[in-house]
Amino acid sequence: MTTFVPPEIDWLALAPLIVVLGAGVVGILVEAFVPARARRTTQIVLALAALAGGLAFVAVLWPQIVAQPVQVVGGSVTLTPFALAAQGIVAVLAFLGVLVVADRTSTGQDAFAPTASAVPGTSYEDLARRAGLVQTEIYPLLLFATGGMMLFASTDDLVVMFIALEVLSLPLYVLCATARRRRLLSQEAAAKYFLLGAFASALFIFGVALIYGFAGTVRLLQIAQQVQGGMLPLEGMSVLLVAGVLLVTVGLLFKVGAVPFHAWTPDVYTGAPTPITGFMAACTKAAAVVALVQVLYRTSIGVQAVDPQILRQLQVVIVVVAIATMVVGAVVGSVQSDVKRLLAYSSIAHAGFLLVGIAGFNAQVQASTLFYLLAYGLSTVGAFAVVTLVRERRVASGSRSGEDNGPVADDGVVLGEATEIAQWAGLGRKAPWLTAAFGIFLLSMAGIPLTAGFVAKFGAFSGAVTGGLWWLAVLGVLASIVTVAFYLRLLVVMVFRRADDETVPEQVPDAEDLDASETAGASGGTAPAALATAQVTAAQRVVVTVARSRGPAAVAVAVCAVATVILGVFPSPVLDLVEQASKFVP
Amino acid sequence: MEITNYVVLAAVLFAIGATTVLLRRNAIVVFMGVELMLNATNLAFVTFARLHGDLTGQVLAFFVMVVAAAEVVVGLAIIVTIFRTRRSASVDDVNLLKG
Repeated sequence: MTTFVPPEIDWLALAPLIVVLGAGVVGILVEAFVPARARRTTQIVLALAALAGGLAFVAVLWPQIVAQPVQVVGGSVTLTPFALAAQGIVAVLAFLGVLVVADRTSTGQDAFAPTASAVPGTSYEDLARRAGLVQTEIYPLLLFATGGMMLFASTDDLVVMFIALEVLSLPLYVLCATARRRRLLSQEAAAKYFLLGAFASALFIFGVALIYGFAGTVRLLQIAQQVQGGMLPLEGMSVLLVAGVLLVTVGLLFKVGAVPFHAWTPDVYTGAPTPITGFMAACTKAAAVVALVQVLYRTSIGVQAVDPQILRQLQVVIVVVAIATMVVGAVVGSVQSDVKRLLAYSSIAHAGFLLVGIAGFNAQVQASTLFYLLAYGLSTVGAFAVVTLVRERRVASGSRSGEDNGPVADDGVVLGEATEIAQWAGLGRKAPWLTAAFGIFLLSMAGIPLTAGFVAKFGAFSGAVTGGLWWLAVLGVLASIVTVAFYLRLLVVMVFRRADDETVPEQVPDAEDLDASETAGASGGTAPAALATAQVTAAQRVVVTVARSRGPAAVAVAVCAVATVILGVFPSPVLDLVEQASKFVP
Repeated sequence: MEITNYVVLAAVLFAIGATTVLLRRNAIVVFMGVELMLNATNLAFVTFARLHGDLTGQVLAFFVMVVAAAEVVVGLAIIVTIFRTRRSASVDDVNLLKG
């Protein structure tokens, strides 16, 4: 009789993942057992605590992993310093993202539909809104997505990577469909993201099947060892390996948002609820790029042993994709008129810049990729947080805002986000601090010195130069200059152009007035409502206002802005940390 | 029978699935294309497992099935929500987001 041998598992190495995913499961139980009024607070506290806990465990593990990378559960989780640093970055960005998600702003509403399953425009939806329902399932879903991302970045097993890909994608598909406003766009974004995402993951898993067929294993490092040791089950069938690696790379490039697999990015970023867009843009990109780097480098060891020519061709593929991504992101981005769409194309361009660094196939410079992901993630979460606060407000035409015309709008005082770039005119006067923060994020994305983006871009491009691709770095700098143009255009509109509604003095109230009118509406009972119905017949127009954050989003914006500047001025401590992390083969 | 035939069959099924995704207009049919691709992958996994004489591939096929099931749950939910709103499951009608 055979005896059962329990596997030895290094639980501490799994702790960051267990904390985040476990908190997601607890969040589901919270949905079932905690009374409705306490549910939202409980979920927010739980989510933030879990992400902070995950980050704390990453910090605890750091010295041990830097000294000696470990493989847990037979290599299903491979914790190298590179992977652990990626887990930390994802946890930090997700923490900031959850802060933005949690903010209800001065309008008292979060960005999510009261019941996402209700058909838009029906009485049921109306009823749910009046009853003040909230979908607190958002927070467990965010935790599951974050856990999936952390696992995605830290595995050597292609099938575990596939499962992590689904664990991170499926919650995101759902989250995309839950916007409170513009629900048709939101559902459409979810459908597009889902269909294309499912297609990409099918390509990924078929690639895994082909690699398995070639090598008889799905562990990347074992494949490399077998190829080098000449122990291949299918000698001479290297076409399987090449096709497999290409399909896996395509699946990952889709998540990264690289051209020609970028088509979903602008639509999904525009349609999804803005806090989710920020979370998704920053964290998914970080996880996917880290996974891509690990897959490319680990397979490149094996591929090189089979045939060095194939590795060169693989590099050509990455270079072509990098060039196409930068060009499309920069050129198409410069003709956008919507802020969210502009940020989406900027994220495509950044995927291109990241690929420039990766295309050098130089292990040392991968540290700069991590720094890039952190810098880009901070400015992205911050920028989308600012977008959540710039709102449309419907006022009766010709009336001064000092009078009580607040509750005229159908859905509270303040409507949805004002995402047209033209609407952002004059924002510099209405909200100087917010504009300053947004300016810092844009300058960082543009790569202006003294911001984190400059250090990041310098690292990525010098990676390409070290890899012997100096002309690619030159192309990167040129594309980067084109993106500077559209970031500056947005900034000029915000700071120098006057808003259309500024011609009438005091037409647009600042946040205090807005709050006052809101509380008046709440306490005054029916009187303002009657006034409102009287005014509905009057011509209405939409002005742009800035909703005041209730704290969390303001904290997130402030942290992102300060961190962006600090990383730009004193990058060396963080650069030292990621330098330690540049070892990603145990 | 030659075992490579199974691999070829898997590749053909996968190609049919991918073509369905790219060409068909109905979201449900597109989704069926994705499922066909995943099942083609399962066939490839099982064939290679037989070829190598180890069980990893067969276990992986189960993982793929579970993931496919989870994907159906989320995907159909999204498609049904859209259908209830618009009375149409055509991916051509889903065209509000452009540019």
